[in-house]
Amino acid sequence: MSGESTWGWRAVQVITLLVYIFMFAPIIAVVFLSFNASQFGGFPMTGFSLQWYGKLMRNEAVVRAFTTSLWIGLLTAAICTILGVMAALALVRYEFRGKDWVNSLIVGPVLVPETVLGVGLLLANRWIGSKPNFILLLCGHILLSLPYVVLIVQARLIGVKRVYEEAAMSLGAGRFETFREITLPLIMPAVFAGLLLAFTISFDNVTASVFWRPPGVETMPTQILSMLKVSISPEVNALGTLMILVTVGVPLIGGLVSRLMMRRQR
Amino acid sequence: MASSLLTASERRRPWLLLAPTLAALVLLMIVPIIIMFVYTFYTFQTAGVETADFNTGNWSEFFSDPYYHKFLWKTFRIAAETAILCALMGYPPAFFIAMSQSRHKWLLLLLLIVPFWISFTIRTFSWIHILGEQGAINAGLMGMGLISEPLPLLYNEGSVVMGMIHFLLPYMILNIYVSLEGIDRNLIAAARTLGCTSWQAFREVTLPLSLPGLGAGLLLSFVLAAGSYVTPQILGGRSDALFGNLIFGTIMKELNWPLGSTLSIVLLVLLGILSVIYSRYMGLSTVFKGLSR
Repeated sequence: MSGESTWGWRAVQVITLLVYIFMFAPIIAVVFLSFNASQFGGFPMTGFSLQWYGKLMRNEAVVRAFTTSLWIGLLTAAICTILGVMAALALVRYEFRGKDWVNSLIVGPVLVPETVLGVGLLLANRWIGSKPNFILLLCGHILLSLPYVVLIVQARLIGVKRVYEEAAMSLGAGRFETFREITLPLIMPAVFAGLLLAFTISFDNVTASVFWRPPGVETMPTQILSMLKVSISPEVNALGTLMILVTVGVPLIGGLVSRLMMRRQR
Repeated sequence: MASSLLTASERRRPWLLLAPTLAALVLLMIVPIIIMFVYTFYTFQTAGVETADFNTGNWSEFFSDPYYHKFLWKTFRIAAETAILCALMGYPPAFFIAMSQSRHKWLLLLLLIVPFWISFTIRTFSWIHILGEQGAINAGLMGMGLISEPLPLLYNEGSVVMGMIHFLLPYMILNIYVSLEGIDRNLIAAARTLGCTSWQAFREVTLPLSLPGLGAGLLLSFVLAAGSYVTPQILGGRSDALFGNLIFGTIMKELNWPLGSTLSIVLLVLLGILSVIYSRYMGLSTVFKGLSR
């Protein structure tokens, strides 16, 4: 590469390092401070302690919020994956009029500001005379995650050659059988990635969830938000660290699994 | 034509497969937006009560009261500052990753994806540990004896912008990276052989060819920053509320649905147009590529 040793390239290297520090230093601070013995949530570190994790496990509100988020996340992921795979099949394997419109509609929730989605769905719910409930929260999270699942599965499906499916069908397999035995295994990595992403989006969402959650119900992020209102406690740091562990660990393991699956297919 | 040979059931099949998804999107997004639009013509009576008397009162209030214009202007100014700073901070790392021949390139890319997995709320409040009174900067400076009182770094416009940059940088770097990665390296080599210095080659070849990615990154950062309200809530002071906070307050605190709907439609129209330009321009695919890697 030309000019790798020049002054300019050096500068680019240094800035890159600084930007990466900028991106990760605050997160590392959260992890460190969660082990701080001090009863205040900030610096300086006064000693090592695991007491905040213990306190967190005994905090009923946190455990309840975690359970809520877990369930909503799992249901969102399952429903979005089923709907998303069906929609992606239709969009990739069939030609029909109005396809462009359908494609634009599907990316809609990504383009509309989240605040607007939040207000709109809450208003519609009120309009039909209903109070915010779990179904509303679940529907909202499905709306937010669905486009990503469709797009991921679609991208993978385009790469799967139609001949495999045609071969199965010419050998007498029905449509559903072909899908189950041929198509699904081939798009499995994308299905898996979509499932994970839908779960993460649901588990992480705060902007719109603040509008949709039923009174008195907290999801994990809204619980953190309400804990922050008092002050930044070491408990919040411990909670943050646990969540980072889960939300970074799950996709990393998921990525490894789907890579292994892809390798086996080759 | 093959399509004329298709049976009716064959032609119906894609729509059957799409039905649940389309139903979800129409019922959960399109219908709510229509209801919201209708509500902009209702009249607010008292908290949570409105009359359906179809007038343009909310719209004339929005267009005539400078209070809202100030909010909108401030939101756009902060979003623009955020987007530009993001571009300045994001370009060098994107350039480094694209041009580097290091074996650890994959690690740098992976580290760009990791923030997408970490809760937005956590990433935002983590800045309190850096800028707060007990944050790393103040604790460090006080520990060294350089200052005796903590500096007021948090709960101002700067900390809000900082939090938003932190959240948007991965998007920006990925957008620029994708367009840098697509540049034919022979062009740069040719410029160098023809006597350009490496700076000239960058300015005349690389930079212009990476403008689509840079533009897309700017647009996306601007839209996401202008639509945010959680970041100002966590990292901002009383006077740092953005347009999103205004909508939240109008709906959730004043229960003024007609005005809240009007403000939401305003935000939707202004940012929606930019988002559509972005998706046409860049196909959103870069972001998904990043997320699904």
